[in-house]
Amino acid sequence: MNDSPLNRLQCDVAIVGGGPAGLAAAVTLKQQGIGTVIVFERESDAGGIPRHCGHPPFGLREFRTLLTGPQYAKRLVDAAMAANVDIRTSHTVAKMNPGAELLISAPKGLITVSADRVILATGVREQPRSARLVSGRRPLGILNTGALQSMIYLKGRTPFKRPVIVGSELVSFSALWTCCNAGIRPVAMIDDNPHVLARWPSRYFPALVGVPLHLQTKIVDIDGDRQVTGVTVQNASGHKENMSCDGVLFTGKFTPEASLARSGHLHMDTASGGPVIDQYGRCSDPVYFATGNVLRPVETAGWSWNEGRQCGQWVANDLGKSGQGSGDDILVTSEDPDIKYVMPQKITLADPFGGMANIQLRVTKRREGTLVVRAGDTVLFRQKLDAFPERRILVPLDKLQLTSDMAGAEINLAFEE
Amino acid sequence: MTSPTNIRLSADIFDVVVIGAGVVGCAIARRFTLEGARVAVIEKASDILDGASKANSAILHTGFDAPENSIELDCIRKGHAEYLDIYREMGLPLDRSGAYVVAWSDEECDRLDDILTQAHENGVTDARRIGAAELQRNEPQLSTQALAAVAVPGESLIDPWSAPYAYLGQALKNGAEIFLSAEITGGTFDSGIWQLETSRGGVSCRTVINCAGLYGDLVDERLIGRSKFTIKPRKGQFAVFDKAASELINAVILPVPTEITKGIVLCRTIFGNLLVGPTAEEQDSRAIAATDEETLQMLLGAAAEKIPALAQMPVTAIYAGLRPATEQKNYRIDVQNNQNLITVGGIRSTGLSAALGIARYVFSLYQQQGASHQEITDPDLPDMGMLADRCLRDWQQPDHGEIVCHCELVTKREIEKALNGPLAARSLAGLKRQTRVTMGRCQGFYCLARLSELTDGYFEQSLTVDPQS
Repeated sequence: MNDSPLNRLQCDVAIVGGGPAGLAAAVTLKQQGIGTVIVFERESDAGGIPRHCGHPPFGLREFRTLLTGPQYAKRLVDAAMAANVDIRTSHTVAKMNPGAELLISAPKGLITVSADRVILATGVREQPRSARLVSGRRPLGILNTGALQSMIYLKGRTPFKRPVIVGSELVSFSALWTCCNAGIRPVAMIDDNPHVLARWPSRYFPALVGVPLHLQTKIVDIDGDRQVTGVTVQNASGHKENMSCDGVLFTGKFTPEASLARSGHLHMDTASGGPVIDQYGRCSDPVYFATGNVLRPVETAGWSWNEGRQCGQWVANDLGKSGQGSGDDILVTSEDPDIKYVMPQKITLADPFGGMANIQLRVTKRREGTLVVRAGDTVLFRQKLDAFPERRILVPLDKLQLTSDMAGAEINLAFEE
Repeated sequence: MTSPTNIRLSADIFDVVVIGAGVVGCAIARRFTLEGARVAVIEKASDILDGASKANSAILHTGFDAPENSIELDCIRKGHAEYLDIYREMGLPLDRSGAYVVAWSDEECDRLDDILTQAHENGVTDARRIGAAELQRNEPQLSTQALAAVAVPGESLIDPWSAPYAYLGQALKNGAEIFLSAEITGGTFDSGIWQLETSRGGVSCRTVINCAGLYGDLVDERLIGRSKFTIKPRKGQFAVFDKAASELINAVILPVPTEITKGIVLCRTIFGNLLVGPTAEEQDSRAIAATDEETLQMLLGAAAEKIPALAQMPVTAIYAGLRPATEQKNYRIDVQNNQNLITVGGIRSTGLSAALGIARYVFSLYQQQGASHQEITDPDLPDMGMLADRCLRDWQQPDHGEIVCHCELVTKREIEKALNGPLAARSLAGLKRQTRVTMGRCQGFYCLARLSELTDGYFEQSLTVDPQS
């Protein structure tokens, strides 16, 4: 169609994603005096995941007050509006090209955006049943927490009444809370790990609301023609049991929503699931930055907000420097199978040295030992740890004593006994 | 439920009733309508393509490996040719990917010449043998374990759902009728007229064409008390990789087939994914197509062996389909003399490729029974949406309303269109086939809530439950 209104838009910084990280980055950029900052949000409202997480605790770090997710999301949006951030909702970034150019589908037509810098803040989502390869049929009633919470808190709808909840991460207990609020009575909560993945107070919550918690237990079959009618679960000793239910809620096992980056030209890290970045959040194409949960699974909204704020500052500093490349000076790697990911994946040596304060990593399973960071044979850092999966582990970058003569080095993280 | 005994679905006496709206039934409805017959289609599900046709590998085959001198070969060749003739005007996609039958061992290499000879004998004259070097040049991501291949340039990728929707859609535009949620319960044939009974009421016609797929034998038994074959459902499981994986191959990667199955295929889909499958598992159920983790792990392992980069690719979707195999390998297309019944059975795995050809073949059988009609001269075309990744889609066009499903870029306008009209989606499964909504990597994480709102009142089984009930 020749009459398709192909608009062009120019801005200083284009931010993809209007959740906590993207909005925080936008506000910081405006505070630093950057002219045009546009946030492209594909949903009809900005605010990200907290929009549909209808209970506390949100906002302690950012607003020093206890808020529900929707209240928190509204505060973030209000702050961005007050800072003159241009928020375009229902704008889907369909493609990104080298040189900070985005193709956007808006309700009225396509738009091409040229920016000086692009920040990817596309967040994170849970892994659906399919990616977990869970056996059985495919009736209605199989959901993630994200879908459940947006149904309940945004639309006042209920997808099931007696689901089995799979998972024991923080989000799993958030899902349980949501069920309780909505009058849904979960049949059980199960996890194939030997311990609850979230921190300790959570583990007593199911008992408090009368929902049995089964650890070392997994779903081996889902039954139902139209709607789920039951599941078969199996415990560590191989014993199988049928549970009658009308839904299965798969919670957690987060993965960055990085498909835009993955189908574009940026280098990706299969371990984190996000783009490869340096400690400033700079991607392999130096006019692209990334921040928040797209970097790795998964942190709280508050943590992502803080990352976004910092990234906004780094991008503001970077503007006007004609997109100077990262030197890829130091590669941060790990071959330890118990280490799920390390992020950032590279460090740019610069003077003055700045950027993220820590290397972030996670483990795939519980691991007791000493985490050792080496550059060749030189030990840069060691710390005794009792590490649990899905929990934050930080290595302070300033403790590594990185110096400019280390350019070209590779630093490696591993557990030792 | 009211007894449908005295309810008539239509006062008309149709020339032909097609039982079953799978890809074969849809193609037959189109062919007979275009030839001038008055056609009704009866389908027991609320949406079409609900049986064997809902899950396949979405390849338009050339017939290079079909049994020599078989009806199947003839139907695939004619079906393939007709698709190439009509796809543009019907608004359907075609991706001329080509295929390689790849040999991974010396034994398989030894069989390539036979495969090539058969391809040539089957009329696929552009098939040729290529060596490892050419294969690597054209498919650089393929494992270096690949030794040689037969290249079949005519194998193509199509949309397995929009094609039959277009066939039936064209039939309906030109006078055919469809009765959904109507299961055949029986029928009598008397004085040249069939009185068919369905769960929704009766319908009369002169000729019945049984295209009931997985239920083909049961429908024959309900109509004439016997069936010449027994359906032996054969399950095929598939895994779909994330869209980024579709960059890894160009052509369809076929294995050297065995007696039982064409084997595990790796191919892009027209929607921009990459799929691996199917398995071939005999089972009793005609309705249940469950996936299992162990088999899917095996498929993923096999895929990564052939394309090592797939080991790093996330899985988007998993599914299983059932093929209506019988106790014999060949198609079971039969005319019941003196009863005006044509049974089109055992279309076990090449139905999508052969459907248009089968329709022509069945019409020729029907003509041999003495029927004649006045062909429609300037038939109306169906109004198809385009879902193929490399074509112009609705999200790229102005005023689409909103993008509802972000992973598959499905617009509100597309959803609203699919929820209305004679083939309106009445289930999420039907809406998925018509629009691809929720079929992407997030599987509804982002859009299910919005979708439950947009589909309110349209589905037989709603996406939400009444919390009070």
